[in-house]
Amino acid sequence: MKLKQLESMLGELQQFSNPKVELEQYPTGPHIASRMLYAAENSFGDVSNKVVADFGCGCGTLGAAASLMGAEQVIGIDIDSQSLEIASLNAEDLELDINFIQCDIRNLVWRGPIVDTVVMNPPFGTRRKGADMDFLSAALKIAFQAVYSLHKTSTREHVKKAALRDFGASSAEVLCELRFDVPQLYKFHKKREVDVAVDLWRFAPKTNQGNST
Amino acid sequence: MRLFTHNMLSSNIKGVANGFPLRIEVEQVLEKQVDFNPDFLKNLFPKLEWKALVDAARTMGYAELPEEADSLMLESEEFLRKFHHALLELHLEEGALVCPETGRKFPVNKGIPNMLLHEDEVPDLACNQVLCPTICERYGKVD
Ligand SMILES: C[S@@+](CC[C@H](N)C(=O)[O-])C[C@H]1O[C@@H](n2cnc3c(N)ncnc32)[C@H](O)[C@@H]1O
Repeated sequence: MKLKQLESMLGELQQFSNPKVELEQYPTGPHIASRMLYAAENSFGDVSNKVVADFGCGCGTLGAAASLMGAEQVIGIDIDSQSLEIASLNAEDLELDINFIQCDIRNLVWRGPIVDTVVMNPPFGTRRKGADMDFLSAALKIAFQAVYSLHKTSTREHVKKAALRDFGASSAEVLCELRFDVPQLYKFHKKREVDVAVDLWRFAPKTNQGNST
Repeated sequence: MRLFTHNMLSSNIKGVANGFPLRIEVEQVLEKQVDFNPDFLKNLFPKLEWKALVDAARTMGYAELPEEADSLMLESEEFLRKFHHALLELHLEEGALVCPETGRKFPVNKGIPNMLLHEDEVPDLACNQVLCPTICERYGKVD
């Protein structure tokens, strides 16, 4: 699949119709989402023929991108049933075959090293402190091979330290810095969107979690 | 929900020591055809709990899987086809997953299992040992 084609397919997806502020529901735009999965596949081989989980999948953009890039099985997880409904419709529209689970990432209990790669755009933690770190900790427990995630650039040092020291990651690398348009969900803000500097990360889990083939 | 997903999911209720495998209550099963990929199956086989898959498939009305399996069987296409069908083509569309210890039911609607917990079932997270130091350091004490 060509990057341009991927981006335009993701652009067709339906997004949150009634975003819930407390869950930090805003989509990853097709530009960033397509590049995130494109890099994961073409620079690292972390997507095609793999099992990929999309944490906080929302309307399913990242999971759909993984599936379009050739993931063998994709599992989308979100706490919110309305988003999951939109995500399943999106998957159906693109004739993608995605598994969905409604669960709070903080309480996810999973058996076995089955998931190769986790992709996510976690809540940045502006509503509930530490939300992004909950996601990262869970992702690094489950992924066998790699975790791709977006975090605010202003927290770069912190993210790195937490990943390596507290969550046992064997590597943490910023692949690029992006500008992310976060729609203004708060009434007291005047502008409709704020432009936030965000890092795209690739983390590798503990080495003894295994080198999958 | 495919049995592939079922093979990973575990009950996540506070105090439950062994929440795997979840029992399945069937209301509606769908079959959806999926492309056959033997390499994927071979790769996945050692990571699965075979017994959980056999029992789950039987509950869903498919009793063709052998009680025990080893990696030599992966040479047989006939075996792989059955494995493929059970793991990826059977869907629990409506029904429930039941915690083996507490009997708590997690509903499955439109193929999506709902694993959300009630407040009193949530394990104590504030002092999740791994996370706590990080969060405390960044934000001050967690309340
Ligand atoms: C920033 S949005 C990203 C949505 C989607 N992944 C995308 O890229 O378009 C964050 C998502 O995380 C979900 N979420 C927030 N807290 C969660 C939690 N504790 N467990 C699971 N999902 C959560 C929200 O419902 C929302 O869909």
